[in-house]
Amino acid sequence: MKKIIYFSLLTLFLVSSCKQSANKEIEEIAQERSEGISEMSVYNLPATWTNQDNEDIQLKDLEGDVLVMVMIYTSCKAACPRLVADMRNIEEKLPDEVKDDVKMIFVSIDPETDTPERLKAFAKENFMDQDPWIFLRSSEENTREFAAVLAVNYKQITPLDFSHSNIISVFNRQGELVFQQEGLGVNSDNTIRNIKETVSER
Amino acid sequence: MLNSKLNLVLLTAIWFLSQQFFAQEQKEDMAYVKGGSYIPLYGADSVWVKVDDFLLDPYPVTNAEFLKFVHENSEWKKSGIKKLFADERYLYNWKSDYSLGENVSEKAPVTNVSWFAAKRFCECQGKRLPTLDEWEYAAMADEDTPDARVKESYNQKILSWYETPKTFENNVGSTFKNYWGVYDLHGLVWEWTLDFNAVLLSGESRNDSDTDRNLFCGSGSVGATDLMNYAALMRYAFRGSIKARYSIKNLGFRCARDAQSL
Repeated sequence: MKKIIYFSLLTLFLVSSCKQSANKEIEEIAQERSEGISEMSVYNLPATWTNQDNEDIQLKDLEGDVLVMVMIYTSCKAACPRLVADMRNIEEKLPDEVKDDVKMIFVSIDPETDTPERLKAFAKENFMDQDPWIFLRSSEENTREFAAVLAVNYKQITPLDFSHSNIISVFNRQGELVFQQEGLGVNSDNTIRNIKETVSER
Repeated sequence: MLNSKLNLVLLTAIWFLSQQFFAQEQKEDMAYVKGGSYIPLYGADSVWVKVDDFLLDPYPVTNAEFLKFVHENSEWKKSGIKKLFADERYLYNWKSDYSLGENVSEKAPVTNVSWFAAKRFCECQGKRLPTLDEWEYAAMADEDTPDARVKESYNQKILSWYETPKTFENNVGSTFKNYWGVYDLHGLVWEWTLDFNAVLLSGESRNDSDTDRNLFCGSGSVGATDLMNYAALMRYAFRGSIKARYSIKNLGFRCARDAQSL
């Protein structure tokens, strides 16, 4: 009996707040994982994301490729189709040798609606259910944090509608933000040039 | 004896538990804010926003409290923080990693902290940052009314604070206690909110009173619903202009909790 009490108390102790030793170990593991990651890298974010194939990934798993990212939500009728078109346009204009090293990523700002199934359907509708396209969702909190890193602002207007900044971001192979294109249907030449340059940096 | 060993372990565990209860008790010092609906004076097209009951720290987090946090979480010390999470002005006014220096009061609100640091601090207390709506809702109150925004004197008081220099050097609790038992929402420092980046203003908001339709999806999300409340407009404009890694000398924070999680 005592053992049971002891065990349950110990468990309680282990799951308690930040400062205690149990968490230190987790922190150390996290720190070990993040060794060699540049300070400005998004790979420092510990969040787990789910893709359109219902697989859990961390951003760090994408390390080594140049990432082109945009935050959208699939039920969006106004700007998002144009953002999708902008992304497609950018991808089409990339030379083949560059394409191999680039991932094109959509991150949902409406994780509640945008389940992996929904993302999968959206990917199929847009003929994007293959490389280099990736669709990601996570918790509301992780999404808010990621948006904070990208300086993307968004707000839920109604249960179905969000207002959000239209920003396409380019990350280098180390996960550092190197370029942002702001606005809708803007000329993408600058973005494409930046992606090419970033890919050529080894 | 095995038995006495077990007893010792039990005692230690009980001690830890009591520490937990003590921590819990501290949380009960938080002010209870009864929820309701309000129209943000400067928000999405005069829409009523529902705010649930929540708990809010009566004071902004102080330098002393943040120093303790840094001691316990060294990756958030001045020289240890990753650049992704704070700019170079992080804890700029502190003398060193673990020392405030003579000119910084322990009881003054901690400022020059990024959103990431503020968020983490609250998480480590088992709390969170208040949402923008929660903060604005609590901040509508003056000493004796939950919504004092219609009072001219109230708005004037806030605006006159915005013109007073260096209030961030004052100690917490130096301004009025509002209807909910919360101090310093106005008159000391500006405060981070969890979703500060839910404010949508165009990059160059002086250009046009309307939102830049090219930059934002959805309806032009911000339109002043009450021009009288210039103070709120200033807060929203400020939030719309900052980034999560910014550390600013007059920007601090306090923590909140869901009421039902108690």
